[in-house]
Amino acid sequence: MLKVEGLQVRYGAITAVRDVSLDVRPGELVALLGANGAGKTTTLLAISGALNATSGRIFFEGEDITSLSPEKAVRKGIAMVPETRDVFPDLTVAENLRLGAFVHRHDRAGYERDLKNMIDLFPVLETRANQAAGTLSGGEQQQLVIARALMSRPKLLLLDEPSLGLAPVIVDLIFGLIARLREQGLTILLVEQNAAQALKYADRVYVMSLGEVATSGTADEIAAGANLQEIYLGKQSNGEGGAHAG
Amino acid sequence: MLGSVIQFTVDALSLGSLYALMALGLVMIYGILRLVNFAYGELIMVAGYTLYLLDGTALPWLVMATVAVIMAILTGLATELVAFRPVRAKSVTAVLITSFAFSTLLQNAALLFISPRARLVPLPDIFTQTMEIAGVIIPLRNLLTIVCSILLLVLFAVILKRTVLGIALRAAASHFTMARMLGVPANLVISIAFAISGLLAGVVALFWFGRIGSVVPGIGLEPLLVAFIATVIGGMRSLLGAVVGGFLLAFVDISLNYLLPQNLLQFRDAFTFSMVILLLLFRPQGLVAGPATGQRT
Repeated sequence: MLKVEGLQVRYGAITAVRDVSLDVRPGELVALLGANGAGKTTTLLAISGALNATSGRIFFEGEDITSLSPEKAVRKGIAMVPETRDVFPDLTVAENLRLGAFVHRHDRAGYERDLKNMIDLFPVLETRANQAAGTLSGGEQQQLVIARALMSRPKLLLLDEPSLGLAPVIVDLIFGLIARLREQGLTILLVEQNAAQALKYADRVYVMSLGEVATSGTADEIAAGANLQEIYLGKQSNGEGGAHAG
Repeated sequence: MLGSVIQFTVDALSLGSLYALMALGLVMIYGILRLVNFAYGELIMVAGYTLYLLDGTALPWLVMATVAVIMAILTGLATELVAFRPVRAKSVTAVLITSFAFSTLLQNAALLFISPRARLVPLPDIFTQTMEIAGVIIPLRNLLTIVCSILLLVLFAVILKRTVLGIALRAAASHFTMARMLGVPANLVISIAFAISGLLAGVVALFWFGRIGSVVPGIGLEPLLVAFIATVIGGMRSLLGAVVGGFLLAFVDISLNYLLPQNLLQFRDAFTFSMVILLLLFRPQGLVAGPATGQRT
């Protein structure tokens, strides 16, 4: 479904992603793990079209989307949930959701149906519908951003650090939702620092280090292998990432 | 006493609503692109010369006015296409220079093809009529200005609140890249912002010329300056701020007109700008804070 070949992305003189190749098959939940600065977010942003690749190619359903703009990528069925949890703070929750359906804005009936589905999945959003999105808690904002992305009816959901800065009970809630979306057949590429959670839910895992894919395999293989400890957790021994996995 | 209160209120509100619309047109673009359109004043010039060129045709004034507003919108869209789109993603400095260049180009075109001297702008009879309220004579033009501006502000608010495109415009002003990731096309949003900006400038132009009666090539400088100062007072990134700033600036200007002795009146702008400096010392972000994010994109 998604195929990335030899992706390289630079910010000026800094090469954030050196050489990344990965693929995601339909219906899979693939996790992209790695320490801070490994290039995970940059990879997602390049796939979503928000950043331009300096070399390498990205294919989606067999089509080359390497130089597609973000507004075109979402029309192809790729929705991005950024780690910065970018709700539009001055817009209400309802307006945020309505904007999520921007590409389907002429399909009123479909919008109503999608909105109902979102409220089933994220009941808290209904009670907050007319509140400015900026007034929501972190966990509620995360749910809003995911719901907003789903309103575009994506085939592939790019999720960047959905657990970042959230209380453990909310993290469980979010991962429960991710698992549910996956059961409904949505393909997901997930970037996570919380390796324990990611390994529990993912089918396959890519571990990134210094802008490259260091290792990959099924979640079980990666969880069992010493590789991960060295490449990822080893570097995180003084950070919270390691503590979660241990 | 009641008479002067009414007179003051009408003066301040009519000038204020013009300032507010002008500031809104400037902030519309700044909010999304974080760039000031320095060719903004020329939209007013274009509307003025359109009216001048249509003078003497058999068209009713309202038709002339509509054509003038449409010309301002088209010029706004042309500004975007010529001065902004080719360089906007690359450099802020480049856009600063291209928008100045486009402004100079339009002014010189007016100098060359029309005249450096003032040209009379046709105005409808209603602009010269007056009415008497509580013993004071009020120009109908001022009341019309207030009514039209308020209608336009309400229409504008409804569009921004109720339509998907309006919501998209507000979202783009808060976080442009995220809006694009939801499928809002960058060029569409920017073009709409420039078209709205042109519409506002065009409507302002009708009433602006109603006050001064004639158009010269350099006519755009004062409206640009007024709009810029009003947005600085109100907050560069807030649409509400632009409106507040516009009304406040007009209130200060009109108050000084009433209060300053005759021999100081020519220095009115010095007093106004001193107050702006004072305000900025205490509230550098302006009176109304903008949306809570905002990187230039």
